Amino acid sequence: MKCSELLAMLNEYVDGTVDPAICEEFERHMAGCNPCQVVVDNIRNTIILYKGNEVHELPIPFQKKLHAAVRKHWQEVCPGDKPE
Amino acid sequence: MSNPTHIEQSEADLVRLAQQGDLPAFEILTDRHAHRVYGVALRILRNVHDAEDVTQQTFLSAIEHLAAFRGRRSGSGAAPLEFPPVGESGAASQDQPDESAPGTTMFGAWLLKIAARAALKVIRKRRTVEMTSLDEALEVGPGEEHLPHPEFIADWRQVPDVLAQRAEVRELLDRALENLDEKHRLIFLLRDVEGLSIRETAEALGLSEGNVKVRLLRARLQLREELTRTLGDPERQLRPHDHSST
Repeated sequence: MKCSELLAMLNEYVDGTVDPAICEEFERHMAGCNPCQVVVDNIRNTIILYKGNEVHELPIPFQKKLHAAVRKHWQEVCPGDKPE
Repeated sequence: MSNPTHIEQSEADLVRLAQQGDLPAFEILTDRHAHRVYGVALRILRNVHDAEDVTQQTFLSAIEHLAAFRGRRSGSGAAPLEFPPVGESGAASQDQPDESAPGTTMFGAWLLKIAARAALKVIRKRRTVEMTSLDEALEVGPGEEHLPHPEFIADWRQVPDVLAQRAEVRELLDRALENLDEKHRLIFLLRDVEGLSIRETAEALGLSEGNVKVRLLRARLQLREELTRTLGDPERQLRPHDHSST
């Protein structure tokens, strides 16, 4: 496997969806190619870093507006149901 | 107000109750998912007002199409997700079992797809005066199959858990994301940040799975390059291999 072939299969390897036979070949290549090993680590760290990035809290006024809109629309779509 | 007896209910039970006309159950589902829907809308649109509009549209649309949502699994395969036609583009493919990404519930994934489509409509409206439409931009262009090779290769100086605590790193993440083309940013956000599967991302954006995979790889490589130039340890920088060799 060449570095460029490894690059083309990066998604499948990082996501764990690569065919087992190709996975072995992938890992054999990385064992002898430090740059590819580091690129794979970098990609994994990139995804981890973005996944753990800050949670966006709903602005309080919007929370109230959203609840009011949901209740109003619910009554329009399901007029038989009464809010508690 | 939400019924306190519903608070401990599982998501599947809440969805079932809501489908039977129970508003408090739907309100709890709204509370559980609103911040995530709002977050993805805000990251895609980068405008608080638009993100609020999309969040509201998402839950109102979910009310209208709640009966059509089939989140239960049956037999050996998962029931395909159904979702309402928020945008006019891209029909949902519903002929294969779906794999929900870890951390994303079936109902959550359904909502995120509705939100992504609503956000796309906003982007399309913004682009009506521009030369290049989003639909054109979403097509894979000539030469785009060629992948950029990594240039700056180095181990990062710190692990992601530590880096995530630093304000300047969060700014770097935002800046790197902003530097991505819209078509790459949308796919990276839905797949890697929000945890939708490749198939769900393709359905949400009305793209083929192949297109999503190509774009996702380019997005990951571009973000890796940009982050590593700042976060990588220059003393441990490695030269890329000659790609004509093994």
